[in-house]
Amino acid sequence: MTAKPALELKGVSKQFGAVQALHDVDLTVSPGEIVALVGDNGAGKSTLIKSIAGIHPLSGGQILWKGKPVTVRSPRHAADLGIEVVYQDLALADNLDVVENMFLGRELLTKAFQLDRTEMERRALAVLDQLGVTTIRSVRQSVAGLSGGQRQSVAVAKAVMWSAQLVILDEPTAALGVAQTRQVLELVRRLGEQGLGVILISHNLHDVFEVADRIVVLRLGQNVAEFDRRSVTQTTVVEAITAGGLSAVPGQNEETAS
Amino acid sequence: MSAAPVTNTMTLVPEPVTLRQYARNWFMGLRNGELGALPIVIGLLVIAVVFQSMNSNFLTAGNFVNLMVQGAAMATIAMGVVFVLLIGEIDLSLGYVSGVGAVLTALFLLPDGAQLPTGVALVGAVFAGALIGLLHGLLITKLKIPSFVVTLAGFLGWNGVVLLLIGSRGSIIIQDKTVVGLASEFLLPAVAWGLLALCVLAYAATQLVQRAQRQKNNLAVDPLSIIVLRVGALAVFGGAVVLVSNLSRGIPYVFVLVGVLFLLCTFVLTRTKFGIWVYAIGGSIEAARRAGINTDRVRIACFMICSSLAVTGGIILSSRLRSVDSNAGGGSLLLYSIAAAVIGGTSLFGGRGSARSAILGALVIAAIDNGLGLLGLGSGQKFVITGLVLLAAVAVDALSQKGRVRAGKG
Repeated sequence: MTAKPALELKGVSKQFGAVQALHDVDLTVSPGEIVALVGDNGAGKSTLIKSIAGIHPLSGGQILWKGKPVTVRSPRHAADLGIEVVYQDLALADNLDVVENMFLGRELLTKAFQLDRTEMERRALAVLDQLGVTTIRSVRQSVAGLSGGQRQSVAVAKAVMWSAQLVILDEPTAALGVAQTRQVLELVRRLGEQGLGVILISHNLHDVFEVADRIVVLRLGQNVAEFDRRSVTQTTVVEAITAGGLSAVPGQNEETAS
Repeated sequence: MSAAPVTNTMTLVPEPVTLRQYARNWFMGLRNGELGALPIVIGLLVIAVVFQSMNSNFLTAGNFVNLMVQGAAMATIAMGVVFVLLIGEIDLSLGYVSGVGAVLTALFLLPDGAQLPTGVALVGAVFAGALIGLLHGLLITKLKIPSFVVTLAGFLGWNGVVLLLIGSRGSIIIQDKTVVGLASEFLLPAVAWGLLALCVLAYAATQLVQRAQRQKNNLAVDPLSIIVLRVGALAVFGGAVVLVSNLSRGIPYVFVLVGVLFLLCTFVLTRTKFGIWVYAIGGSIEAARRAGINTDRVRIACFMICSSLAVTGGIILSSRLRSVDSNAGGGSLLLYSIAAAVIGGTSLFGGRGSARSAILGALVIAAIDNGLGLLGLGSGQKFVITGLVLLAAVAVDALSQKGRVRAGKG
């Protein structure tokens, strides 16, 4: 972790009415670093990424992007900053082809205000190539005909193409078979190698241990632990997920390791 | 969502390089349920053979020209239907919306009334159609009332407006030469040939330019032979249409109008951002929203396009009938138009379809209507048979859908 962090969350909290979904959460991601965000259901993982992506405004705390405090107003604003989220349900339109999906909402036009399909296809191919996605033979086939792993690759490539510096992946391997999971994890690793920051949300600790540099554990909306992947066992992480010490009462000592 | 197949051998379609590979891909697509226009071409052939064997007047030049004039209004309205079906909605009001448009046009052009210049009257009527679509669209997107309900109310309401506008007149004769001439005047043979040559050249040029551009960017290109084949098919088919029409009265102006609208709709759907957004909304409205598309605005625009085309269709119909009456836009027009889009291959569930499907479907329905008329059969038989054809078309679609699901392309 030599580079200065791309994204830094400081004491972020979020309330929905009386419910405290996030409480004083810290998180940093450096360029080229893969940070896994783990936790049980309801731990606040989704709320946290939605806050970063500009879907929920924060109730408290600060987001620093490349060292500068920012307020992410909308998903579009997040994308403009260079933060792309790949959601669990992928958000691809089945009836459109790979290129159309990758450019959806941001289509390129020729000087005559027509779609510049040639240029779009060229760029899509370049990105897929850069990420080593070789299983998609034709980018002109509809996404409906792709396997789960291929679809996930398209969604990730879409994020990368828009010069994301931070890619947030929400359960990217949840619905995939063994071979396809391997494909996607390979892709995640390559994102890190290319200097992008990655936040990986997963329930599957096996996946997490395979690619993550750092593991951050959330429990009931709070940081309970943070580990270096190389010096921790799965058992320790599971313990933190299920029984990590909380600091729910304000003023109490922080019990979180760092 | 399709269940993701673990092996993906079937989904990996190599880019065609030679004509042979192209044919093989096409055949593979066919087996996987991507039938394209094939069922409808077969259907038209069957229709032609059956009616010709029963009445030798069916396949005559004169009747061919009749068919064009009779199907034009339906084809135009069906193109509007395609836009709302693509976004997964429906418009049940367009029959009477077309009626409102036709009556407005007739009133604008009334010699003893405030007779407007023809152009102003036509633009005014189409504009009124767009406003009607805007109203429907706003109710559907902003108040979130299902389109089925809004346009069902429109079905009743606009029928009422037609009656109110007509008032005690009963019917209005249309005397404007331009409007009447639309369906009853014909291109000079030489002009028709010239237009066809222009179309073929333009088509060949776009195909070749596109190919050159793709080649320059090192993208996979269609084999030249397939382009020659496509352009050749257009030339032969168009040539046949012009040749046969010229044996009789010629190409009616209304055919040219429908052709221009078809090119316009196809352009919008395949070559503009808006077109992709329409398909995206039909495929997954959530994906469209997350991509930052203003889905409400696109949906409203689709309803406006639908109503505007419905009005245009109404004007075409009144041009053929040379009058409008209190029945304007009623009868089988609405259901025929929706059936035309569906028979042509536009899905009722959104996301799949094309302007071409409206033209082909309208051709099928007009041919059946015309053929049964020649046999002297009444409305009863016509409706039963058209209903069966619609059912057959949807059945073919459902069966081919099964093929697509099997191939993981559901």
